[in-house]
Amino acid sequence: MARNEASAPRCILKFEDVSLQFDQPRPALDRVSFEIWSGETRIILGAAGSGKTVMMKIALGLLKPTSGRISVMGQEVTHFDERQWYDVRSRIGVLFQEGGLFDSLTIEENVAYPLLNQARFMTAGKKPTLDSVRPDVQEALNFVELGNTLNKFPSELSGGMRRRVGIARGSVADPDLFLYDSPTAGLDPITANTIITLLIKDREMRNSTAAIITHRFQDGHLMANFRYNPEKECLEKLAADSPIREKTKFMVMKEGRLVFEGSEAELDACSDPYISKFSMHPARKVS
Amino acid sequence: MLDWLKSPFLTFQEFVLLAGRATVNVVRRPFYGQDLFLQMDTIGVGSLPITVLIGFFSGVIMALQMSRALSQYGATGQVGQITAITLVREMGPVLTALLIAGRNASGIASELGSMKVSEQIDAMRALGTDPVKKLVTPRLLAMCVTLPLLTIIADFVGIVGGYMVAVPLLRLTTGSQYWNNAWRSLEYNDIAQGLIKPLLFAFIIALVGCLYGMRTTGGTQGVGRATTQAVVVASVWIFIVTALVTRIFVNL
Ligand SMILES: Nc1ncnc2c1ncn2[C@@H]1O[C@H](COP(=O)(O)OP(=O)(O)OP(=O)(O)O)[C@@H](O)[C@H]1O
Ligand SMILES: [Mg+2]
Repeated sequence: MARNEASAPRCILKFEDVSLQFDQPRPALDRVSFEIWSGETRIILGAAGSGKTVMMKIALGLLKPTSGRISVMGQEVTHFDERQWYDVRSRIGVLFQEGGLFDSLTIEENVAYPLLNQARFMTAGKKPTLDSVRPDVQEALNFVELGNTLNKFPSELSGGMRRRVGIARGSVADPDLFLYDSPTAGLDPITANTIITLLIKDREMRNSTAAIITHRFQDGHLMANFRYNPEKECLEKLAADSPIREKTKFMVMKEGRLVFEGSEAELDACSDPYISKFSMHPARKVS
Repeated sequence: MLDWLKSPFLTFQEFVLLAGRATVNVVRRPFYGQDLFLQMDTIGVGSLPITVLIGFFSGVIMALQMSRALSQYGATGQVGQITAITLVREMGPVLTALLIAGRNASGIASELGSMKVSEQIDAMRALGTDPVKKLVTPRLLAMCVTLPLLTIIADFVGIVGGYMVAVPLLRLTTGSQYWNNAWRSLEYNDIAQGLIKPLLFAFIIALVGCLYGMRTTGGTQGVGRATTQAVVVASVWIFIVTALVTRIFVNL
């Protein structure tokens, strides 16, 4: 499944001066520009209400920016209409902050949903059947270690399990970009680490590109410094010169503006009081 | 002053847009048949018992109220006519619609509202389905089919209720005279407005429920607010529309 490592890096997501203003006086997103290249992991940090979710929804075309330009996979999508957006979205996997699992459908139907409804999986205008996609659904659920919950409903699972179902649903169609909105929010540290382990595993298996919104610096630290060891089934520290280290970049949002972009070392070195709240060093000062 | 007018105007504009998109989707593929039948079941079959009950009692009350007035003029024989006309023209459509607005506009708004705040509607769009086609169109179609049927049932049961009062209870008239009188008094005009009204109300109830549900913001509290607003707005529009339609038919 892993894609050719040697293939030239492509620009997967590009924001140019993107702003979005709702009815409030302060814009929810204020002239934000950045690029995410293939194979990169982007950690997006920021206080509540700083515009992280809004940014993600703009990247999916769920919200329209008031100004600025967006390209997804080299395609200028700023003025796409809803129908054109469906094609773009079918290349993007997403885990929503509030879960977004359909309560009226079983876990199996939830995970199968993108395969059954996205136009690119239709043959001659016909939808695939639930039976024909079952192997893919089973594989995605096995990956998140929930292979035996096919016939349960989301309400019967715990919060951490629902999060994992969301990851399975987002990855089942093998997306080129995965957007995770707060995958570890509201979970205990053990479950949170399980989720991050899954994201690292997914990165290694599919060489995927991901943007991860989070409040926890540890999430970014794990993504930037660890790899998954399939034999021992656990995380292990990366070599100091591993290319993964520099492929993990950090972004900090504040009141709709992008106030920091750089590597973990740069984030640690930053002395700005707001930004340094999201880095390891206040913790180090305490200890 | 302008700001005060802006928000209802924008809401109305959204309503018209949603109505347009939901209606166009009726003929566009894919067609979500399963969702349609599920909605017809919850709206139609689910509302049947209460519709029958309310229909029956509105006929009973109508005949009771009229009995005194009619006996003053010595026209108790006309009770069938009066019950039938008021029920078919106005009481049947409006009472049924208010009932369904209370029961289903709220149900639709709270269901879609919960889906909105738990990002299920965003998830639908992200995963390749149009929420208007998947959620709004089946509800609109189901409402347009079931509400006129429920109204016809309410009308009929109401006339039966009137009969119960007029014949066995108060002996105002004979059974055959009641039914003859009721049946003959109905003109095309009455039947037409008795069927056009529920169709228009169906649009109002389904679309107001969907619109307020899909616009929900602010978590679970927002769902409660959306539900209340949907019922109030749908009920007010039912009265406005019935007044307008009646005005048109009075002139015909
Ligand atoms: N649909 C909307 N209508 C109006 N304002 C909105 C809407 N969505 C978001 N906002 C506003 O935009 C700002 C950014 O919100 P956003 O949801 O992106 O925050 P966030 O960074 O994801 O926060 P959190 O970490 O709590 O999830 C907030 O001030 C919010 O009130
Ligand atoms: Mg958020």
